[in-house]
Amino acid sequence: MKTNLLALTMFLALALPFGLYAEAATALAADPIQTIRITAKKFEYSPSEIELKQGEPVLLELISLDRLHGFNCPELRVRADITPGTPTTIRVEPKKAGRLIFHCDIYCGDGHEEMEGAFIVKGGQ
Amino acid sequence: MALYRREFLKLAGLGSVFLVTGLGTSAFAAQTKPRAKAFTFVQLSDAHWGFTGPALNPEAATTLKRAVDAVNALKPQPDFIVFTGDLTHTTEDPQERRRRLREFKEIVSALKVKDVRFLPGEHDASLDYGEAYKEFFGQTYYTFEHKGVHFIALDNVSDPAASLGDKQLKWFEGELKEYAKDAPIVVLTHRPLFDLYPQWDWATRDGARAIELMAPYTNLTVLYGHIHQENHFLTGQTPHHAAKSLIFPLPAPGSTPKRTPIPWDPAEPFKGLGFRGVDSLAAAKGLKLTEYPLKA
Repeated sequence: MKTNLLALTMFLALALPFGLYAEAATALAADPIQTIRITAKKFEYSPSEIELKQGEPVLLELISLDRLHGFNCPELRVRADITPGTPTTIRVEPKKAGRLIFHCDIYCGDGHEEMEGAFIVKGGQ
Repeated sequence: MALYRREFLKLAGLGSVFLVTGLGTSAFAAQTKPRAKAFTFVQLSDAHWGFTGPALNPEAATTLKRAVDAVNALKPQPDFIVFTGDLTHTTEDPQERRRRLREFKEIVSALKVKDVRFLPGEHDASLDYGEAYKEFFGQTYYTFEHKGVHFIALDNVSDPAASLGDKQLKWFEGELKEYAKDAPIVVLTHRPLFDLYPQWDWATRDGARAIELMAPYTNLTVLYGHIHQENHFLTGQTPHHAAKSLIFPLPAPGSTPKRTPIPWDPAEPFKGLGFRGVDSLAAAKGLKLTEYPLKA
């Protein structure tokens, strides 16, 4: 066991300066996707307009500050309940550019109809 | 999936329009045994009693009463009247909700026709699962018969998520199975059962299941409200007709960035508001819908 550990330590000490470290770092940087936090409360989302890039996935962290709300974006085919105290995370990947509306689909009172926002999806490079 | 069917003809002098609905091959009554008899009824929708907003309707306190007067002036009088939801405007105060429901009921008690059926809208029922509504108007989904036509009222608003739910869908399936595939059936509901414009939440979350259940019926028509404008749509062979509102009109689906209500036009008071007369035709094909604009 000790022999194996020693061998691994020596390998890393020799290999890192020759570029393996750089490759690993690149892989780590490419892997995580952006997380965007959206808070919901009567009768608004914040932020209410969010810029996304076509074809680039993001995680949405949805947090309710008051009561049960919904989050529904028909054009991205995603919906979720947003329960106070329990952040909800969903992954979206816009396939086309444009303005995609999201709205609350759990009736939450006078102003519910105005509770909406939009993703502004910019075209790919 | 869907086709619009617009066959409007101006009714001279009345300022109203009518539409014959139903499928070309489906005599609304003729294929049914026993034969349904001709009659008329009136659909009113989205009164939003309790709403205040002078920019949208400075006559909010009188509009419902005007509609009652207009219906009372119809000759001949309809057999019955149905309100397809949003009787009141929403409030988070349970006492105020009950006060509005009570006032609404008092105002419509002036209708000469005493056979009046009610359905809830999300403004009446979604904040308390229909609890206050039921105190004044009873069950939120039910059936009734009239001169050989089967009416089924569905509730897609007491669940704040705008679902019919498994229990009601099972009940609906059971009710439909009682009828022949060519039986004359009218389904009444508040929200569109199909995906009219989901971006504005103009849909019912599990409405596709209701659409599927209705699909085999050749003489079934859906009348609904919610979208504050006339709209005519076909899913398969099932026609769906939205009625105008009695408070303020909304823009056509997807025609504006937001579903912002259309402001009051002082030059044309009550523009976009109105109610609907429905003729159940015993001898001809389909239902005849007559749209009555509300006037100053």
